[in-house]
Amino acid sequence: MVSETDIEHIARLADIGITPEELAEFTSQFNAILEYFDILDRVQGAETPTPELSNVFREDEVRPSLPQESVLKNAGSTEDGYIKAPRVM
Amino acid sequence: MAGTLHFEPDDRCNAFITVCEEAPYGDGRLAGVAVAVKDNISTRGIQTTCGSRILQGYVPPFDAHVVTLLRAEGAAIVGKTNMDEFGMGTTTETSGFGPTLNPADRERVPGGSSGGSAAAVAAGLVPMALGTDTGGSIRCPAAFCGIVGLKPTYGRVSRYGLVAYANSLEQIGPMTRSVEDASLLLEVISRYDPRDSTSFDRPYTHQPSTDVRGLKIGLPQEYFGEGVDPRVAEVVKDAIGRLEDLGAETVPCSIPSMAYALAAYYVICTSEASSNLARFDGVRYGPPVDARKNWHEAFREIRGANFGPEVRRRIMLGTFALSAGYYGRYYAKAQVARRNVEKDIERVLASVDIIAGPTMPTVAFRLGEKTDPLSMYLSDILTVPANLAGVPAISVPCGTVDGLPVGLQLIGRRFADEQVIDAAYAYEEAAA
Repeated sequence: MVSETDIEHIARLADIGITPEELAEFTSQFNAILEYFDILDRVQGAETPTPELSNVFREDEVRPSLPQESVLKNAGSTEDGYIKAPRVM
Repeated sequence: MAGTLHFEPDDRCNAFITVCEEAPYGDGRLAGVAVAVKDNISTRGIQTTCGSRILQGYVPPFDAHVVTLLRAEGAAIVGKTNMDEFGMGTTTETSGFGPTLNPADRERVPGGSSGGSAAAVAAGLVPMALGTDTGGSIRCPAAFCGIVGLKPTYGRVSRYGLVAYANSLEQIGPMTRSVEDASLLLEVISRYDPRDSTSFDRPYTHQPSTDVRGLKIGLPQEYFGEGVDPRVAEVVKDAIGRLEDLGAETVPCSIPSMAYALAAYYVICTSEASSNLARFDGVRYGPPVDARKNWHEAFREIRGANFGPEVRRRIMLGTFALSAGYYGRYYAKAQVARRNVEKDIERVLASVDIIAGPTMPTVAFRLGEKTDPLSMYLSDILTVPANLAGVPAISVPCGTVDGLPVGLQLIGRRFADEQVIDAAYAYEEAAA
């Protein structure tokens, strides 16, 4: 069981805004879903890698990229060729 | 031969988010063919929203690999189709741009999440469309709207330029009115792409064949049992009978790990989503941010206001499943369950060529019928196993219940997309 306090905590961790009205609804929906997930407690076996699959790596080398202008085009706020973001501190 | 296609669809089902009224096209195998593209696939110069208000107005500066391939074969990209927000839904009702209606009955949902693509094809607005399938998002709407939809083998089609929801599960695939068109569209989009590190160099070049003599078809008891509308099961069994008439052989089989498949699927897809959707902070795209606010405040506000409830619910579920103290109980167990499903399907497909059953346990729901998230999740039970195992699966129309379309689902071995297409083609030709 998760409580409304847990849901508020998870929402904060995920940077998701939820309204006070949503809090109770999300909590009861979460509990129904987690109750369904309980079936995973009964899963037997150990995690084993899929055969015939291997990691794919590439050299870390400089390659052509999109022009700065086209990358900035979608940003809501820019300044001097940079994207303007909220303050960190 | 190259030119411009004028496209002004009578879109009474709200299939499109963006329509390109003047769509340029070129030479090639799809010269001048109107193709609709699901709105989570990047199209240079054409708004790409993923069905979310947070990306309203976002115009990608590049094409997804599949779009490059479509354009290279001369296709006219005529618009971007409606979808559940970021692919999270089974009805297309979670879209930030209003629901899509089912052309077969406009009081019903088209299925989801590729509901706009399915409705556009079913309503005859375009002959073909691209969808994406994370847990059934091509096959479900194909079944509900009465068209053909194929989820290819994982890795056969590049995901470069597909806005990620759950990378380890999703594939781009064709949605068409005929199996031949699905085959042609798969041939166009299945080209190796080094920019997707999960892409395999296994191009599909195949002419569909109706010869199914000696084909062994497994009928899992789980696909015809509890939770499946018996009338849907009957229609599907009749369709499989047609394949038997053509010389295919059926055997009963079982996929016991199906009991855990849905829970495993939802833990894995929400976990991957919680990480993938962290990038949507409204800074590099989306509305201007209030730079005076602090980082977390600003993001919480933007994400709270622009993500719908289902997206926020799934991000939070994934955040929870991956959090300290719960990782072992949910995420790690889900990975074991996923591997068990894969092994079960491999075992069954070692003795049969194709697994067959209904695509969806019911016909299309009424609009607004599924209000509880868990009951909506449960309707994905017959489609998620193919995603967990990475195997190809097609839905082909096979009749109706109460006048509403039913889909026959055919699942094959990894990279046996050809065999899945052939079985669907044989059925389609015999039923015609």
